[in-house]
Amino acid sequence: MPILKQLSVFVQNQPGKIERLTSVLAENKINILAFNIASSGEYGVIKIIVDKPELAHKKYKEAGLTAYLSEVLGIVMKDKPGGLNDVAKIIAKNRLNVENAYVYVPKSRKNAMLIIDVRDIKAVKQNLEFEKKLKKR
Amino acid sequence: MFWQKEFETMKRDKLEKLQLKRLKETAALVYNKVPYYKKLFKAKGVTPGHIKTLEDISKLPFTTRDDLQKNYPDKLLTIHHHDTMRLHTSSGTTGKPKAVFFTRKDIDVAANNIARCLTMTGVTKADVLQNMMSYGLFTGGLMMHYGAEKVGALVIPSAIGNTERQLLLMEDFKTTSIHLTPSYALYLSDIFEKKGPAFRKKIKLKRAYMGAEPYTEETKKKIEKILKVKVYNSYGLTEMNGPGVAFECEYQNGMHLWEDSYLMEIVDPKTDRPLPDGETGELILTTLTREGMPIIRYRTRDITAIIPEKCKCGRTHRRIMRIKGRADDMFIMRGVNIYPQQIERVLMSVAHVEKNYQIYLDEGDKIKVKVEITKKLFDGNLEHLKKLQADLTEKLRTEILVRPSVELVEPGSLPISEGKAKRVFDNRKIY
Repeated sequence: MPILKQLSVFVQNQPGKIERLTSVLAENKINILAFNIASSGEYGVIKIIVDKPELAHKKYKEAGLTAYLSEVLGIVMKDKPGGLNDVAKIIAKNRLNVENAYVYVPKSRKNAMLIIDVRDIKAVKQNLEFEKKLKKR
Repeated sequence: MFWQKEFETMKRDKLEKLQLKRLKETAALVYNKVPYYKKLFKAKGVTPGHIKTLEDISKLPFTTRDDLQKNYPDKLLTIHHHDTMRLHTSSGTTGKPKAVFFTRKDIDVAANNIARCLTMTGVTKADVLQNMMSYGLFTGGLMMHYGAEKVGALVIPSAIGNTERQLLLMEDFKTTSIHLTPSYALYLSDIFEKKGPAFRKKIKLKRAYMGAEPYTEETKKKIEKILKVKVYNSYGLTEMNGPGVAFECEYQNGMHLWEDSYLMEIVDPKTDRPLPDGETGELILTTLTREGMPIIRYRTRDITAIIPEKCKCGRTHRRIMRIKGRADDMFIMRGVNIYPQQIERVLMSVAHVEKNYQIYLDEGDKIKVKVEITKKLFDGNLEHLKKLQADLTEKLRTEILVRPSVELVEPGSLPISEGKAKRVFDNRKIY
């Protein structure tokens, strides 16, 4: 269960705002893997998973954007019916407090990945690793 | 109609002689009894003895809002507060207010001036005045009450709000005159419109006195049309006894300022230089009869001009024009004086909010505060932003007594002006 770097960007809900974010990435040849928007009406937070998160963070800061780099959990799931259900079971079993979630489907289309924002990601990760060990024994 | 014809129509030379006498007395009183004023006089190198003519007032120091706050609670009194009878404070701030004390005579003078105002607009003892201003620390309620009682009108101290009861009182007691803020008058107009002409027929209203907030001629006309009343403009401020400092007569062309109670000057707010009648500048007022807490050259920050021509009504007390604006960035919303600094203080106290903010005032008493979100504040969580927004709204409401809508914007999206940034954008068309 990999831990990914996620960029959150504060944006006002105005025309051209998304384009401003994507153009920075395009100019620096950064590839977007997943993209999600949470809005409260006048403003919102855009969550992006990219191939070069640190570089993207730096470039956003240089462009004067309010960006925040954090860790999120990526849970691999099978890209087939019931795939998300399997992951939901994991979430329930581990009592994960999901603040935000979205799906990322790589080109290969073999597996999809559910990206989840959880509070206290370190603890979650430890629990998951521990469970893996238990299973192996 | 006159309340005190001999005073209201006093020949200018006689009136000015009276003013000079009272100015000398007031200057001597504060110089001898208020250490702070003695200090201010000395800093300007003047003593009360320097006052030989009315023009000499320009040698005296100004009193500012800051001076009043610095001397809170009672350091500007000429006597012990045991010898005063009433305390009023300026509306608005939850920080240190401006406290003003009144002796029995001070209240009597204030009430007498209001009696003049009411009488010149037709109120007699046969009238019923419904005083729809808040009663309390604010002078608008109590001072008008005392003035109307002096005339002998039946006063209904209904205060503000509870509109259904207001209408009931108005109908049952045949109210002829109302005293209220323009914002409440607009609200009342909506209700009257909804109730229709049959309701208006049952109401005996003739006149409305509007003050405590600036309003436009259009607002006045709208209210006159819907309520079918004559609206009279009233000017006053707590520091100067509240309502009735200046008032429209039946000709409604400017407001007569009671010059036997106040010495008025107009100065250029930038250079502080006195301006002649007819020119627009900041209104400066000195109390001429106040015993408990006289105030010398108070900077009202209100922008107006003295009308030089004589009024057809026969009163010799000069008129000031409708207030045209403010010399500072204070604004009034629902009768509450608000300074941008109050808003800034809240923003600074809540979190690492940028010093960059803007205040928008819109029709319908709406206030919007735009705040730039900072990198320090942002952790990518939308819920946290919403909580911050709610927090700011609530803290601002407690501070300015009006619920604002808070808008979070990106850093750098508000223009940074050179020097003093423009913070307040007033779209209300009130001046």
